[in-house]
Amino acid sequence: MSDTGRGDLLLEVRNLQVHFYLFEGVVQAVNDVSFDVHRGRTLGIIGESGSGKSVSAQSVMGIVPSPPAKQLAGEIRLHRATPDGGIETVDLGRLDPRGQEYRDVRGGEIGMIFQEPMTSFSPLHTVGDQIGEAILLHIPDSTPQSARERTVDLLRRVGIPRPDRAVDAYPHELSGGMRQRAMIAMALSCDPALLIADEPTTALDVTIEAQILELIQELQDDLNMAIIYISHDLAVVGGVADEVMVMYLGLVMEHADAETIFDEPLHPYTRALWQSIPKIDGPLEQLVPISGNIPNPFAVHKGCPFYARCTERIQGVCDESPPPVLEPRQGHTVRCFLYADDVDLASNGAAGD
Amino acid sequence: MADVMQTTSGANGAAAGELLQVEGLSKYFPITKGFLRRVIGFTKAVHDVSFTLANGETLGVVGESGCGKTTLGRTILQLYDMTAGSVRINLDEGQLDVGSLTPEERKLFRRRAQMIFQDPFASLNPRMNILETVGEPLLVNGVAKGTELEQRVARIIEQVGLRVEHLRRYPHSFSGGQRQRIGIARALVVNPRLVIADEPVSALDVSIQAQILNLLQELQGEFHLTYMFVSHDMSVIRYICDRIAVMYAGRLVELGPKDELLERPRHPYTALLLAAVPRTAKGSRGKRLVTAGEPPDPANLPTGCVFQERCVHVQDICREEDPPQVSMSDRHFAACHFAKDLNLDGITVAPVTLSA
Ligand SMILES: Nc1ncnc2c1ncn2[C@@H]1O[C@H](COP(=O)(O)OP(=O)(O)OP(=O)(O)O)[C@@H](O)[C@H]1O
Ligand SMILES: Nc1ncnc2c1ncn2[C@@H]1O[C@H](COP(=O)(O)OP(=O)(O)OP(=O)(O)O)[C@@H](O)[C@H]1O
Ligand code: SF4
Ligand SMILES: [Mg+2]
Ligand SMILES: [Mg+2]
Repeated sequence: MSDTGRGDLLLEVRNLQVHFYLFEGVVQAVNDVSFDVHRGRTLGIIGESGSGKSVSAQSVMGIVPSPPAKQLAGEIRLHRATPDGGIETVDLGRLDPRGQEYRDVRGGEIGMIFQEPMTSFSPLHTVGDQIGEAILLHIPDSTPQSARERTVDLLRRVGIPRPDRAVDAYPHELSGGMRQRAMIAMALSCDPALLIADEPTTALDVTIEAQILELIQELQDDLNMAIIYISHDLAVVGGVADEVMVMYLGLVMEHADAETIFDEPLHPYTRALWQSIPKIDGPLEQLVPISGNIPNPFAVHKGCPFYARCTERIQGVCDESPPPVLEPRQGHTVRCFLYADDVDLASNGAAGD
Repeated sequence: MADVMQTTSGANGAAAGELLQVEGLSKYFPITKGFLRRVIGFTKAVHDVSFTLANGETLGVVGESGCGKTTLGRTILQLYDMTAGSVRINLDEGQLDVGSLTPEERKLFRRRAQMIFQDPFASLNPRMNILETVGEPLLVNGVAKGTELEQRVARIIEQVGLRVEHLRRYPHSFSGGQRQRIGIARALVVNPRLVIADEPVSALDVSIQAQILNLLQELQGEFHLTYMFVSHDMSVIRYICDRIAVMYAGRLVELGPKDELLERPRHPYTALLLAAVPRTAKGSRGKRLVTAGEPPDPANLPTGCVFQERCVHVQDICREEDPPQVSMSDRHFAACHFAKDLNLDGITVAPVTLSA
């Protein structure tokens, strides 16, 4: 981490827009998503099901299935280290997702772990063979022998007991927690600069989740890795993230450092979400459900997509045009009319980004 | 057994106001090997569990995956045959010994004890509309049919927050939260006294969980329900329950009134579980304790205390003798040799969480 507390800029995503063209209609999965990721820092992404968290992450990885998906707009720039110690910028959006160069980025500069370890592992091969293959593919001059040694090393590092035996185990022979550790080992096999963790602990018990999160944070400290941590669990994100992005229906509703998001949230959706979850140490009477249902993903919204469920909505304003992205405080952005001054309202909120 | 139903609730030592008495309940699953399916051992999914449920209370059952929560619920409801022990329920119609029901008693028990399942997607038949889905238990149990059935279904559908226009619709056109409401309506339409809810909000989105939790609480008052609420989520349990039962490797390791158990846990496992939940309050946000280890294999348990391998307070006696159930009060006990001696940390409730 640099002296300023913010690591060096590693990834820039600007105005990303990804839609799915399905038989039933168009899903605007990601509509206008921008964020930066810094080395050694963790960006948390929260939001309910279908808000576009995974598609945003998959876009960075170049693994959104296309068709049916189409990236309509946006830039994804990776500032990666070169062998001679310099930095070069790759525009990932310009690369062929199936091409060799992108494949080198995946499993090279960027590693990813998923909620379900079985999506990373094939049930037919041993854990060791699969991690070893990734190493052979990405690390120059590696041999089957060195790859196996490195694999055992990685398994030990992620806290798997008896790694020299676990290396020959099939995924189903490991417990859920151990499989998750093995998947982390695989994601780390090529020393990624960025780790994308998409709900990596959602299927695990709290005690095991605490172990996995501690492991990820230790590895981050050791490797100065950047992390994008996706979860619907606000308490978990509160524990791991430096900054937090709140998504709703393909849009970033609010973005600020973690302290601010939880202590002084501005967006009505962030506040509602926080008040609706049971907390282990909060006063019991504060649980207030968010009314209504998660909207239909095919719906197109003229105004704010949260309008129907918002307790602070301004009729005739919020339902008429898309809310602007405002920055009421330095480094704290919010997509909501409540923070527009009269000038913006008069110009009908069109003063977007 | 062809016992006639007993007409006095309060028989068999049931204290007034008690709905359910579970005594020494065990459920073992055989582990088989080879083509002949020779039994080579047992998974002791639930072992020697005893507790009572008071009328109108909510007992939370919490613990890590595989500790036996679902098996306990299903064995109480006779969806699994019990291996040992007894379950008695005190109904207005009399007391039933659930382990040996006559066919007639079984019918009554099926109506008075209901289950709500975790996965609202998997638990509904996609080819049955809402009227058929919710009406089915009425029909099967011979409670109502025709217009009376339709009226009862319509009433319950409104009580769970759905609309009568929805009656002819099929499950696929409902969201997860709405489907869970349908599951709740189906459980409640036969007027149960005991409802065992197995992870009823775990599959729901965070923003919908609170709606369903509040609904379950409202309905409890309206229908005089007694809940056994199974969850792995301590925060949810804390919100909805009066008492909490903590399970570990098939055993009930602690049971007590909510506040008492959360503020001053008596079993080291309860303390470990509480410490692992991330805190949310300003100043301690995200804080949690990390402890090594995983629960033991329920097919291969150590002698003595099942928690010994992860316990930081372990002594020789723990490796030799099963811990007794130590009573802290008549409603709070912990199965630990040192339950009375240890000073364990629990949850400190923050005064205010939201400033804005
Ligand atoms: N492969 C796909 N084909 C069609 N639609 C998709 C696909 N992947 C995602 N979508 C749709 O895009 C939207 C955003 O999905 P995404 O998976 O990013 O949500 P999410 O925020 O990760 O939700 P969750 O919390 O459920 O994982 C959803 O409406 C989803 O149905
Ligand atoms: N039908 C079954 N046949 C054999 N073993 C079973 C069966 N059901 C459960 N078990 C075993 O019994 C033990 C307890 O399982 P159970 O499903 O009751 O746990 P749980 O606490 O509900 O876990 P979870 O939180 O994952 O739902 C586990 O070891 C499980 O593998
Ligand atoms: S823009 Fe309006 S409707 Fe949307 S969150 Fe803000 S106040 Fe609510
Ligand atoms: Mg997702
Ligand atoms: Mg279960």
